Amino acid sequence: MINIIELTKSFGKFRALDNINLLLEKGQAISLLGPNGSGKTTLIKSILGLVIPDKGIITINGKEVSNNWAYRSHIGYMPQIGRYPDNMSIGQVINMIKEIRSEEKKYDDDLIKGLGIDKLENKTMRSLSGGTRQKVSACLAFLFSPDIFILDEPTAGLDPVSSEILKEKITAERNKGKLILITSHVLSDLEGITSHLVYLQEGKLAFYKTVEELQDITGELKLNRVVAALMQQTQPKKMSV
Amino acid sequence: MPKAIALLILLFVCRQANAGVIHVYPGKGRQIQNAINRSNPGDTILIQKGIYNEIDILVNKKLTITGISFPIVDGGSKGQLFVVTHDSVTITGLQIQKTGRSSLTDMAGIRLQNVQYAIVQNNKLYYNTYGIYMQNSHYCTIIDNMVSANSVDELNSGNGIHAWKSTHLLIRNNTITGHRDGIYFEFVTDSRIENNVSTKNVRYGLHFMFSHRDTYINNQFVDNGSGVAVMYSKYVDMHNNTFRHNWGDAAYAILLKEISDSKIMHNLFIKNTVGIYMEGTSRIDVRYNEFKENGWAMRVQASCDNNSFEMNNFMSNSFDVATNGTMMLSVFKNNYWDKYDGYDLDKNKIGDVPYYPVSMYSVVTEKIPTAMILYRSFLTDVMNQVEKVMPSVVPDQLKDDSPMMKSWKLK
Amino acid sequence: MNTIVKYVALDLVRNKIVLVYTLLLATLSFSVLSIDSNTSKGLLSLLNITLLFVPIISILFATIYFFNSIEFIELLLAQPVKRTRVLLAEYTGLASALCLAYALGIGVPVLFLSPNMAAITLLVSGLLLTLCFTAMALLIFVLFKDKTKGIGAAIIIALFFSLLFDGLLLMFIYSFSDYPIDKPILGIVAFNPIDLARILMLLQLDVAVLMGYSGALFKKFLGSATGSIYAVTCMLFWVIVPLMLSRRVFKRKDL
Repeated sequence: MINIIELTKSFGKFRALDNINLLLEKGQAISLLGPNGSGKTTLIKSILGLVIPDKGIITINGKEVSNNWAYRSHIGYMPQIGRYPDNMSIGQVINMIKEIRSEEKKYDDDLIKGLGIDKLENKTMRSLSGGTRQKVSACLAFLFSPDIFILDEPTAGLDPVSSEILKEKITAERNKGKLILITSHVLSDLEGITSHLVYLQEGKLAFYKTVEELQDITGELKLNRVVAALMQQTQPKKMSV
Repeated sequence: MPKAIALLILLFVCRQANAGVIHVYPGKGRQIQNAINRSNPGDTILIQKGIYNEIDILVNKKLTITGISFPIVDGGSKGQLFVVTHDSVTITGLQIQKTGRSSLTDMAGIRLQNVQYAIVQNNKLYYNTYGIYMQNSHYCTIIDNMVSANSVDELNSGNGIHAWKSTHLLIRNNTITGHRDGIYFEFVTDSRIENNVSTKNVRYGLHFMFSHRDTYINNQFVDNGSGVAVMYSKYVDMHNNTFRHNWGDAAYAILLKEISDSKIMHNLFIKNTVGIYMEGTSRIDVRYNEFKENGWAMRVQASCDNNSFEMNNFMSNSFDVATNGTMMLSVFKNNYWDKYDGYDLDKNKIGDVPYYPVSMYSVVTEKIPTAMILYRSFLTDVMNQVEKVMPSVVPDQLKDDSPMMKSWKLK
Repeated sequence: MNTIVKYVALDLVRNKIVLVYTLLLATLSFSVLSIDSNTSKGLLSLLNITLLFVPIISILFATIYFFNSIEFIELLLAQPVKRTRVLLAEYTGLASALCLAYALGIGVPVLFLSPNMAAITLLVSGLLLTLCFTAMALLIFVLFKDKTKGIGAAIIIALFFSLLFDGLLLMFIYSFSDYPIDKPILGIVAFNPIDLARILMLLQLDVAVLMGYSGALFKKFLGSATGSIYAVTCMLFWVIVPLMLSRRVFKRKDL
């Protein structure tokens, strides 16, 4: 589905992504991990076409991403920070995105109902809390039942109930065979959702493996333990560089 | 003796009664001239409707020449049309058109030459070099005529109503367009020009020189190449005239040069490049006039003295007053200036601080016309304000010590 | 594209600053025009207000708005729409909201109280100024990554065009007044949209003076419709060129 070949991106002298190769397939739920500044967001933005890579090719369903925009109808994106025009109401924001993606007529409003957003339709974005805005972002990402979900810190700022609803929804979509790409710092939230882990370090791909493989390597079952063990392994490597 | 008088009266009445009427019809040859030659003094010549191709028609008797439904007397661009050399001739109801053009003689539609008491009334004079031309004539009346031409430059054109060395003329209700000067007076005195409309003339709507004791009332001078020029005259009265839209680099609603002891009152100056331009004038009373939307309401050169400007309204002019020096020997009093932003604490309707009508930026643009491109910018506004606080460029003698807070209700 | 324009404008017409801006302009116009019976004097005051406030408010507000919408723009860009379309739609939405504010605040009172050619010209120049400075704000937005720097640039640009430029021009005119500089001056003013707007108005209010200068070029140029057409065309360039540049830069911009 998503094929990333030799992706490189620098911001000035800073190398955000260094020769990344990744092949992400249908039915996978990939957790994108790595310390701050390791290039997670840059990678996501490259896939979305928000960041223009210096080198390398990204294809989605075989179509190249650069100078193309139609492929984004396959993607549902939930940004890390959802900020919307102050005086738009929730209803307006949803309608607006619906009108932009007018070719899609079937809407998946599970989350809108599940998170209670439909009851807040007339509230303006200015009056919303960060958590509620995050809910709106989630609703928008799932509204069109796309094949690919890109979720940047989806559960950050959500209350536990909403967080649970969202996780259920993610799992449900994964089970439908969708491709899900998540970044999150809250590893426990990824528990049970993720099938694969991608770990970035200083713009380089440290590893890309299934959760089972990693559990075997580390001998740990819980995801946060797995990751912690892996980080300890990678640490000395970093020192030696 | 009484008998003799009675006889004389009788003779006179008979003579009047005997005055014949001669009808003229279109035809070959000089129909009108032949009729005039046939006529007796005092006769009326009735010209029937039609076209008469005749030039140099000499009227040398006392006659009344009347057109019926505006017969056309066409000069075919060859010579003059009517030349009147006898007193008390009346010409009415004719359409007189197409005189010739010559650099030697001034070809006129109607020429009054050394005569008195002529009346030219209700004629249409089209495409003539000169429309009505008076030369050394007195007590003549020119009324209700339509005088128009389509001149394009000053060289190849003549004046609509032209008077030279004449006195006691009355020029009323005429409309003059498209000539060089609409009305031209040279050495004409004691005359009256009223209710005329002079528009779209190539040079001046009204032009007079060396013409004293003349009165101009209720005329309109609109869209003339250079407005109105008044030079070397005394005792001129200009009342209730309207001067509108006289635009150009040498266009003035009124240009006054070497004029003295005159009055300019109740006139309306609107949208002219310069409202009144004065050079070497003395003792002119400018009062109750309204200056609106002109480039410069007035341009008073330093050579003027003892003029007074009182109770005028100055509104929406780009610049109110310009001058070329620092001397000012004239008086500004009780005018309303819309740019005045002083105060009136004692509530006597007169501003408590003087108004300086020459703005700083007008002085700047005077020296450097290109700077006009920056007029009304924030920067130039600041410069004007600074100058108001600390005058340095503006002639400080040119001021109105008692500016009005409200505009005068004029007319 | 129309969808985005519509929603952006809908958002902005309820924006408090835009509302305050509209009310402020409306109050100023009504007070200026109704106090004085002389409407052309009122128009002049409104011209000054327009030349002073419209550029700075347009560019500042637009810059801040664009930078504040960066996350929203990202969200829009994650949808299947063309990059440049999103940008131009943002511009169009914002520009139309600000134009509406100007049209309601100045246009309506002016056309209501003194409907004439000068009033229409004032409205047109105000709207063009809004478009120009919003376009410049867009360029600032795509060129700068940092909001604070962007706002700084906006302030500098507004001050440059409303004050510094004229000062420099006046110095130029003073120092070269002995030379035939009419033509270069006409060229130079094209580089300042505020001057162009002012000249548009000058051609309405002061054409009588402009006709009084013997400079043949000035007279020919400013006295006829050519002057107005020139000024409007140049101002349109001031809208189109920043927009084209923004579009170009934005194509390669990382968000």
